[in-house]
Amino acid sequence: MPYDAWKDNEYIEKLVKELRDSGTNVIIGSLDHLINWGRSNSIWPLTFATSCCGIEFVSLGAARFDMARFGWEVARASPRQADFIMVAGTIVHRMAPVLRRLYDQLAEPKYVIACGGCAISGGPFRKSYHVAMGIEDIIPVDVFVPGCPPRPEAMIYGIMQLSRKIKVEKFFGGVNRQEKQEKFLESHPIEGIDDNK
Amino acid sequence: MANIQEKIAKLFPEAAFEEADTLTVTIPDAQWHELAKTLRDDAEMAFDYLVTIVGMDWKDSLGCIYYLDSTTHNTHIAVKVIATGDRETPYIHSVSDLYAIGCIYEREVYDFFGIIFIGNPDMRRLFLSIDWKGFPLRKDYDMNPDINPVPHENERQSDYTYTYVEDADGKIVKEEKRVFAEDDFVVNIGPQHPATHGVLRFRTAVDGETIKKIDVYMGYIHRGVEKICEMDTYPQTLHFMDRLDYFSAHPYHHCLCMCIEKAAGIEVPRRAQVIRVIMDELSRIASHCLFIGTFCMDLGATTMLFYTLRVREQILDIMDKTCGARMTFNYETIGGVIADLDPDFVKDVKALLEILPKNIKEYNKLFTGNVITRNRMEGVGVLSRKDAISWAITGPSGRASGWACDVRKTAPYAVYDEVEFDEIVRTEGDSMARFKVRMDEMEQSARIIAQLIDKIPDGEIQAKVPKVLRLPQGRWYQTVEGCRGAFGIYIESDGGTSPYRLKIAPPCLPLAAVVDHLTEGSKIADLITIGGSLDYIVPDMDR
Ligand code: SF4
Repeated sequence: MPYDAWKDNEYIEKLVKELRDSGTNVIIGSLDHLINWGRSNSIWPLTFATSCCGIEFVSLGAARFDMARFGWEVARASPRQADFIMVAGTIVHRMAPVLRRLYDQLAEPKYVIACGGCAISGGPFRKSYHVAMGIEDIIPVDVFVPGCPPRPEAMIYGIMQLSRKIKVEKFFGGVNRQEKQEKFLESHPIEGIDDNK
Repeated sequence: MANIQEKIAKLFPEAAFEEADTLTVTIPDAQWHELAKTLRDDAEMAFDYLVTIVGMDWKDSLGCIYYLDSTTHNTHIAVKVIATGDRETPYIHSVSDLYAIGCIYEREVYDFFGIIFIGNPDMRRLFLSIDWKGFPLRKDYDMNPDINPVPHENERQSDYTYTYVEDADGKIVKEEKRVFAEDDFVVNIGPQHPATHGVLRFRTAVDGETIKKIDVYMGYIHRGVEKICEMDTYPQTLHFMDRLDYFSAHPYHHCLCMCIEKAAGIEVPRRAQVIRVIMDELSRIASHCLFIGTFCMDLGATTMLFYTLRVREQILDIMDKTCGARMTFNYETIGGVIADLDPDFVKDVKALLEILPKNIKEYNKLFTGNVITRNRMEGVGVLSRKDAISWAITGPSGRASGWACDVRKTAPYAVYDEVEFDEIVRTEGDSMARFKVRMDEMEQSARIIAQLIDKIPDGEIQAKVPKVLRLPQGRWYQTVEGCRGAFGIYIESDGGTSPYRLKIAPPCLPLAAVVDHLTEGSKIADLITIGGSLDYIVPDMDR
């Protein structure tokens, strides 16, 4: 997490400074763990659905797939209160600047999941004149969930991958690094935390 | 039809006739407006419903084919008009003064083909931005993405619109007009707004809480399906139908298949016909369930979504077992269906039919009679029958205004003429009526399924279809009753393996266009009620 993001939490800053002065790195480490743990279990999505994939996202919110089990159910209508965008659906030329603006309005730390073939590469509309061939040219992406549309189970898996990623964020060296999760975890084992669970 | 032809021939000697699946009249542009007026106002013809306008590029000329229906006589006619002027500035006279929906349809043609409609009060692009270069559905359009790249900057906006008028000596003049009055207070709603049901944008001029005018902005999910279809073979075009109105995936698929089958003269086995109808009706129940859920959620009754999605999930399970997908099924094929029914199908459907009445009763108990519900919905957004026809509002929304427009009754297809069901028509025309029509339609759909489920005949599910499918030269139009209204497909073939032109006439475009008319003078909170009760799906209108 960039240092700037701490700015308006002065008491934490003080605490960190204090700890650093007395050289207790272990505690900072665990504090990071604590914060990341908290974050990773309450990531709130922005309600953002442009087309078909968005409907599966609605099913995800209903009783059967029940994303409330994981702490994601608080879908926010305003980007200022959300943690991640689940880009569920096709992004076309006219929508691209809007998506970019929504991303800019999200508060740090922010994450993006590209959900479905369209968001990943243009999907079935690759030949079209009015479809962005993947949202990666517009905003950085953390997790890709393939499918047309991905089943709700796949979406759950995708968001869980994101929360795993957040848990070890400190060691990622910043948000939105597009390193493969598994490879990363293998080469960066963390004591006491088994991220494969 | 013969006397109509005679009558037109007498009044307009220059008209030429052609007998395709619909009687087609070709008329020079100069007489088109006059003919349209006669067609609409003559009591014997009374073509009062403009179904769609198909823009065409025949390479050497541009033009339009207008499909008109008569709601009193249940007859259809098509009118072909070739644009005058050169390719840079082709002109046709507008009929937006005769049909309210004409304005939006003509804007769509202008956006895709660059045909200018003389007299249309609002000649702006509809789906593409004002800086878009070229007209994408013309045959000579350059698809190179460098010409129209994905923009990173915000889109340029204009407060002006244009209208083209003919002056006294026949010269065409372009006039500039403001969309809103200069001192209007304009609030922007959408495109990213939970209550617009997708990415639709309303520029709303308000006076305090009261809505003065709404300018509907579309195109935030315009994916260019019609153009892609021209590059694909016929079987390849099918899967796009699932992705338009994803709740009506089965009916839409059914429509395109029927249109191609009609053109190629393919006889569909009876077993496949019955399966298709059952699937259509299951989709309708699932779609109306989701409508009730999201509509109630828009009004603040969040819990309803969980109740209604319960039934929807059960239907999706049935589909999942047979079609192998929860949403984009790709199940109907040209000449039949892709796979046979799952062994559990009949059992599962019967279980569904059993719980459905209980569920509907529960919905009514929870929501319909509620005082708040009634206050918010009764008398809100009243659409008269005449306006419904003029605005081409079909489906449950049209039937709530007293227009019996169910395609399953007016032009039965598949096995709909063998089953018994009532067409639900109400006369109030308000949001409550639109809601209730859908509630009752679920029961009727269940009734249709109940009649068929024990009588699915044995036999083939797929007719013999040539590996490489070519349609003969000609044009065909086919309509079905989608979950949101009459859905039409127009195919023009030049004898090749892919369509020369495939036009999709979606029910949701008029539904969105009418929002301005319905909300004028009501409060801004009613916009959510009215929009929700119309139940449009944005990818369907944008294509
Ligand atoms: S990936 Fe498939 S289901 Fe998702 S938005 Fe694109 S077309 Fe629709």
